[in-house]
Amino acid sequence: MRFIFDLSFRFWRVWQRNLDVYRESWLVNFLPPLLEPLFYLIAFGLGLSGLVREVHYQGRSVSYIAFITPAMISVNIMYNAFFENTYASFVRMYYQKTFDAMMATPLTLEEIITGEIVWGATKSVLATVLMLAVIAPFGLVNYPAGILIVPLAFLGGIAFGSIGMYFTGIVKNIELFNLPVFLFITPMFLFSGTFFPLDALPPWAKKLAFFLPLTHLVNICRALSFGELTSDLWGDVVYLLVFCLVFFPLAIVRMLRRLWR
Amino acid sequence: MTDIRVDARNLRKIYNGLEAVCGVSFHVKAGECFGILGPNGAGKTSIIKMLYGFSPLSGGEIYLFGLELTRNLRVIKNRLGVCQQENSLDPDLSVLKNLIVFARYFNIPAAQAKRRAEKLLTFFGLEHRLYDRVIDLSGGMMRRLVLARALINEPELLILDEPTTGLDPQSRNQVWERLMELKSQGLSILLTTHYMEEAARLCDRLIILDYGRILTEGKPRDLVRTYIGHEVIEITGVSHALREYLKEKGISFEDTGTRILIYNGEDSLYREISHHCHREGCLLRMATLEDVFLKLTGRELRE
Repeated sequence: MRFIFDLSFRFWRVWQRNLDVYRESWLVNFLPPLLEPLFYLIAFGLGLSGLVREVHYQGRSVSYIAFITPAMISVNIMYNAFFENTYASFVRMYYQKTFDAMMATPLTLEEIITGEIVWGATKSVLATVLMLAVIAPFGLVNYPAGILIVPLAFLGGIAFGSIGMYFTGIVKNIELFNLPVFLFITPMFLFSGTFFPLDALPPWAKKLAFFLPLTHLVNICRALSFGELTSDLWGDVVYLLVFCLVFFPLAIVRMLRRLWR
Repeated sequence: MTDIRVDARNLRKIYNGLEAVCGVSFHVKAGECFGILGPNGAGKTSIIKMLYGFSPLSGGEIYLFGLELTRNLRVIKNRLGVCQQENSLDPDLSVLKNLIVFARYFNIPAAQAKRRAEKLLTFFGLEHRLYDRVIDLSGGMMRRLVLARALINEPELLILDEPTTGLDPQSRNQVWERLMELKSQGLSILLTTHYMEEAARLCDRLIILDYGRILTEGKPRDLVRTYIGHEVIEITGVSHALREYLKEKGISFEDTGTRILIYNGEDSLYREISHHCHREGCLLRMATLEDVFLKLTGRELRE
């Protein structure tokens, strides 16, 4: 086991490799973040808002569609980084032997993993920018505060990419990713204040939701989207930062244990 | 000691309590092609993986270019070319792009990388496939592409782990030609193989490995002379009478059940056997490295 990480800016080379591949099929890669918000808007804006017109959130009423728009962006930040650093990274590591090839160059394993996680976060940012552009005409995001959603996407991407990479370091085979998806990602998708305010939940469930990273990402994203910045948002930011500081090194440690043996 | 490229001292590798490499020492000189031979599971790949920092050492020391490996890994890897056993080409990228992206891992400037890539792809006969996807290449082309990729940083030492396994004779010969050309240009090569013909053709010196230990070391020709001699009489479809006859005359032989091998057999003995008992299936041939290999490592299957 290594005790000190051997990490330099050469990790950008790994990031560049992934960007090159992404650009080879950019059209296919652009479609989901362009179309998905439109699907959401149609389903919730036209369909569900017939039933739920308004939501009571932080002492006032907001339209349901404006309520779920930041949640939809947050969920996409989570999905892009998490799935990139689980399934896609696993394919590169296990099936394509991309990491093996990189290990024969001056790159260290720490740099390979860092490049992968930063790339996952970059995908979150790209998807967020595309989504914001698509929904801009609907006036659902308040600017200029909404601009801060872009750096937020990077922070959220590092958080979810790191924990995704941590799972990549421990799963035996690719099918086993179903477990963290089913037990971690799906509950977060539903219970992080995404589709209904957390106030609707009993106190114990609210406490549980506090431990989910998506709750904090949604909180910040919603505040930015409404243009209502308060000082308690720092708590959410600190939570995400601490989450990154824990899971990023843990991901590297698990991957070292898996590959450097 | 600048003419020593690889100096491996008492290497050990333990996987989950099993000792795969048990105290192996060897060195590779500049401009030399050095071979590591051994049956499957002998520890060849374990040694290779330790040599380029892919796998930590359980014991021993490695010096490459006179530098201690673990403390100078990044500097050393800049001067190494590695061709791994498993295909690790990037299926998401074209042939040319594979080399250019790989060059970037070495911080080689883009223009220089492109020049080198085109030159190398021409050298390996892939200049007409620059923009094809890797998965559309044949096995032989892929292997040549892996070799081209391993040379992108103009290494001083090329490490090849079974470079021709799974290739057809045409591709294999082409790879050998290219490797010999590189060797003649002064490149040092370290290769593992279990093809004796490959080792005999390419290697100046070699070690034969089994169960993680070195059985013997030397020049291919010397090893053949020492362990086997000049010629081998090989008899198939052996009769009981022949065995009796050989025993009677006190001639030592190796009996595989269906074949008998007499090492360093005399011409006269061959004539005698082929005339008297075995007109068919009796062969006098040159002793080869394969004879040495099988004599030392035995004939049982390794699974």
